Amino acid sequence: MKALLWRDLRLATRAGGGFGLALAFFLIVCTLVPFGVGPEGRTLALIAPGILWVGALLSCLLSLDRLFALDYEDGSLDLLASSPLPGEAVVAVKALAHWLTTGLPLVLAAPVFGLLLHLPGPAYATMMLSLLLGTPALSMLGAFGAAVTVGLRRGGLLLSLLVLPLYIPTLIFGAEAVRRAATGQAVTTPLVFLAGITLATLALVPFVAAGALRVNLR
Amino acid sequence: MSIWEYANPAKFMRTSGAILPFAVAGAALCAIGGVLWGFLTPNDVRQGATVKIIFLHVPAALMAINIWLMMLVTSLIWLVRRHHVSALAAKAAAPIGAVMTLIALITGAIWGQPMWGTWWEWDPRLTSFLVLFLFYLGYMALWSAVEDADSAADLTSFLCLVGSVFALLSRYAVLFWNQGLHQGASLSVASGERMSATYKYPLYVSMIGFFLLFVALVLIRTRTEIRRRRLAALLARENRA
Repeated sequence: MKALLWRDLRLATRAGGGFGLALAFFLIVCTLVPFGVGPEGRTLALIAPGILWVGALLSCLLSLDRLFALDYEDGSLDLLASSPLPGEAVVAVKALAHWLTTGLPLVLAAPVFGLLLHLPGPAYATMMLSLLLGTPALSMLGAFGAAVTVGLRRGGLLLSLLVLPLYIPTLIFGAEAVRRAATGQAVTTPLVFLAGITLATLALVPFVAAGALRVNLR
Repeated sequence: MSIWEYANPAKFMRTSGAILPFAVAGAALCAIGGVLWGFLTPNDVRQGATVKIIFLHVPAALMAINIWLMMLVTSLIWLVRRHHVSALAAKAAAPIGAVMTLIALITGAIWGQPMWGTWWEWDPRLTSFLVLFLFYLGYMALWSAVEDADSAADLTSFLCLVGSVFALLSRYAVLFWNQGLHQGASLSVASGERMSATYKYPLYVSMIGFFLLFVALVLIRTRTEIRRRRLAALLARENRA
């Protein structure tokens, strides 16, 4: 498992991979929004929580179709499936690698993007915490979507159609937490829900995603 | 008699062929009758003539949710017992469910414009129906994207399982996100009667009508799917020969 994790991380960081791509995409989203809604600070501060979460969601989505597709094409997914490592573990490790290369950088870079969007001061800590709690769920659900669409031509577009509706609850609780923090309300409830969603996906999604992978490798 | 007998397509075709005329007749009678009866009811004191759209809106909304539930059950039956007709029934039901959701959304918008002064409001019930519609779209897209029939049935069943959990979760998450202006249920066992008999009976009739309409359509579509499978099998055999 550790070897697989290191291999995926090395592939993502070295081979001209998706590492940093999600961050650059996030940066562009945050640059485009003021052009769209006008540069006025108060308006931006009002919509910043939502934009930050939607941006995180979309940049997470961007790298999903690479999650299994490359390994499927060169046949290493077949090798992984016939290895003693259970399929559920393969899914979990690959989702973890995806999170480490897209989710975690987003969490760390989020204050910069908050600054660009005039996010109110007290919300920064909550925003980072909500992204830290929520992005693993995005990676896990994305792994499910990627496992379902791995064998398909033009799977990328279908992947977003399947995965984005699944992201809705995470988005609601994540953005709600940041919005509450920005207006000085209590943030515990949405954060607890967010953590609940993440834990539930961590516990259940590997089984469904591994099942979908087995179907696609049949 | 059990549903497992109907895993045999020939048996299913015979039985469904016998049921079908009755379902079609009943659907035509109850759906058209209920809606017509509804349109002949007197205008409501507060809502005027717009109240009559509930005879389309409520049954469609009811079916939209229950069709997804039916797809969940048939998907589970497929995953557990490899019941081919069950998987095909789920496939056949999805477009009907999507159309029902769309009818509920559109009639709701037509009703909402004079009543709430807006075509669309980001209200929990409305939003969760829009999400349900997206799930139907994704489900149908996945069916049409996968070539191998058994793989398609497996993958869409997985999607249906995960989608059900998240559709339910979205339903309650949007409640958390925004308290809206859609009224609570008018017909409810727990809260007793809140609707006058003038509207209630035509509504019941039209609910039964929509249910029978769904039964008729899903039988027709499942039969079409089975025939399409047979045709594909015949063509494959011809190509081999």
